[in-house]
Amino acid sequence: MPVMSYIQAVTSALKEEMQRDEKVFVLGEDVGKKGGVFRATDGLYDEFGEYRALDTPLAESAIAGVGIGAAMYGMRPVAEMQFADFIMPAVNQIISEAARIRYRSNNDWNCPITIRAPYGGGVHGALYHSQSVEAVFANQPGLKIVMPSTPYDAKGLLKAAIRDNDPVLFFEHKRAYRLLKGEVPEDDYVLPIGKADVKREGSDITIITYGLCVHFALQAAEKLAEEGIDAHILDLRTVYPLDQEAIIEAAKKTGKVLLITEDNKEGSIISEVAAIISEHCLFDLDAPIQRLAGPDVPAMPYAPTMEKYFMMNPDKVEKAMRELAEF
Amino acid sequence: MSTNRHQALGLSDEEVLDMYRTMLLARKLDERMWLLNRAGKIPFVISGQGQEATQIGAAFALDREKDYVAPYYRDMGVVLAFGMTSRELMLSAFAKAEDPNSGGRQMPSHFGQKKNNIITGSSPVTTQVPHAVGFALAAKMEKKDFVSFVTLGEGSSNQGDFHEGLNFAGVHKLPVITLVENNKYAISVPYEKQIAAEKVSDRAIGYGMPGYTVDGTDPLEVYQVVKEARDRALAGEGPTLIEAISYRLTAHSSDDDDRVYRNREEVDEAKNKDGLYRFEAYLEECGVLTEDAKSNYIKEIDQIVNDATDYAENAPYAEPESALKYVYEE
Repeated sequence: MPVMSYIQAVTSALKEEMQRDEKVFVLGEDVGKKGGVFRATDGLYDEFGEYRALDTPLAESAIAGVGIGAAMYGMRPVAEMQFADFIMPAVNQIISEAARIRYRSNNDWNCPITIRAPYGGGVHGALYHSQSVEAVFANQPGLKIVMPSTPYDAKGLLKAAIRDNDPVLFFEHKRAYRLLKGEVPEDDYVLPIGKADVKREGSDITIITYGLCVHFALQAAEKLAEEGIDAHILDLRTVYPLDQEAIIEAAKKTGKVLLITEDNKEGSIISEVAAIISEHCLFDLDAPIQRLAGPDVPAMPYAPTMEKYFMMNPDKVEKAMRELAEF
Repeated sequence: MSTNRHQALGLSDEEVLDMYRTMLLARKLDERMWLLNRAGKIPFVISGQGQEATQIGAAFALDREKDYVAPYYRDMGVVLAFGMTSRELMLSAFAKAEDPNSGGRQMPSHFGQKKNNIITGSSPVTTQVPHAVGFALAAKMEKKDFVSFVTLGEGSSNQGDFHEGLNFAGVHKLPVITLVENNKYAISVPYEKQIAAEKVSDRAIGYGMPGYTVDGTDPLEVYQVVKEARDRALAGEGPTLIEAISYRLTAHSSDDDDRVYRNREEVDEAKNKDGLYRFEAYLEECGVLTEDAKSNYIKEIDQIVNDATDYAENAPYAEPESALKYVYEE
């Protein structure tokens, strides 16, 4: 099985889906000739031409809105927001429109659009090139939000997003793009949206997280294994709607739960995960639910000192895991 | 006898009579909805009265089998012309389960009906402009011979989605026709407090497309400009911005009292220039509409409106738990 970086997995999913179905096309800023500022759409312009790898004007609401129109017609647009931070002008289109089209038309219309955006920090991106924006969209029934943690998941889930008949937000951690490599099958495969995935079996503590933090948790778990602490790691993969069954099962498995996000703490995805566990697992818990998250400041500062202070890393994760194990 | 203008546009007598009948039907349905609202039978009305000439003139210039429309909330005339029935509109007014727009989920006049190429719409204004551009993009990519047609009010032309959508369409020369129905008020705020440009159509130059301002109370003038826009779009010459000037004859909605912000003389003057009755007079003057035919139309439409009202009033609401359906594909 070939080894691919996270971003190569994204590119190969796009390319294979465009080969499979002529209705699939990508649109966004710089996605055409340049192949994307991160090169996620590299080669698509040459292979599929100007319109299926469409350089749009610099206007995010139109990127989403034109994509939504094309999707309602029956195309399969994959819109790219250059950075998740810049999705904000498109929020009205995504929440008022894409998320509600099936519901408001009583199932007459639907909107099979995928909106990809690189999110996350640790790349000297400061306030507006580092944010995690998933919580903004995570109380909007009608949307699905996918945040893969590995190249394998990225490819299989992006294909699923493109084939999904409802709108999917697909957030890719920009630091994972070249940091993470892994085995990715060459043949076609699709992973289920809405299903969490156990990334490490363990019996002492349960970690529930998503995105790049899964990688940090896995690294920390290997170190703690040497000390005899056996961590169970659940990767949410889809952060909205949540896989409640998998969350409950993972929490009950060890009775000690640590939830991790790179996002600000209050009102984050893991706040909802904590609520699910409180509702369903109170008598199975042996420790208070722990949340490890970014501080409640607007976004990640630029200076390396402050960025490091904000950003999640394997050391912070390891420390929180050890404390919970010792509780 | 006045000059026959419709023949010169290639419209038969039957077609102009159909236009008149549809305008009249839209007016009578709208008037009935106000009565129903004032009688406490339906919670809300938002009106197209005064804009029927614009809507019908435009809709008849389109290919109603092939083209897609993204109407705004005053466009009862457009959706009637595209095949939505009186019963269906009343079902929506009464929020009944059988309403094809939304099954009673949305407020009335939030149109949408896939089988008639009517794209579903929402309440935040102007979001439909990029959608129509998306349909036009699909037409270009798939090499299909349809255009998309989108409408909005003049106030809405200040929204970012108007600018973003039209610029996108202009850059890629897409077959989309944008019709601004300038009824001179955005709820209470008049044109001069909304837009600094003399005309909405002046904005077209910034999007690299032709812009026209026409008399929106004259269906034939609107027909002509939309027809030409459609021909250009199909010839690959790209989008057009059209501004049709009319007047909103009612308050903004059943919850608005327009006496606060405009005087009765102004409204009365506009009523004297009502496009529906001017078109009626034109058809009578050129001998197309006889006294008999007119009274038959009025009788027929009265029956249609009564039937639609009775049908919708007696139709069942959606089951309460059906509120849980269709969040995602089922």
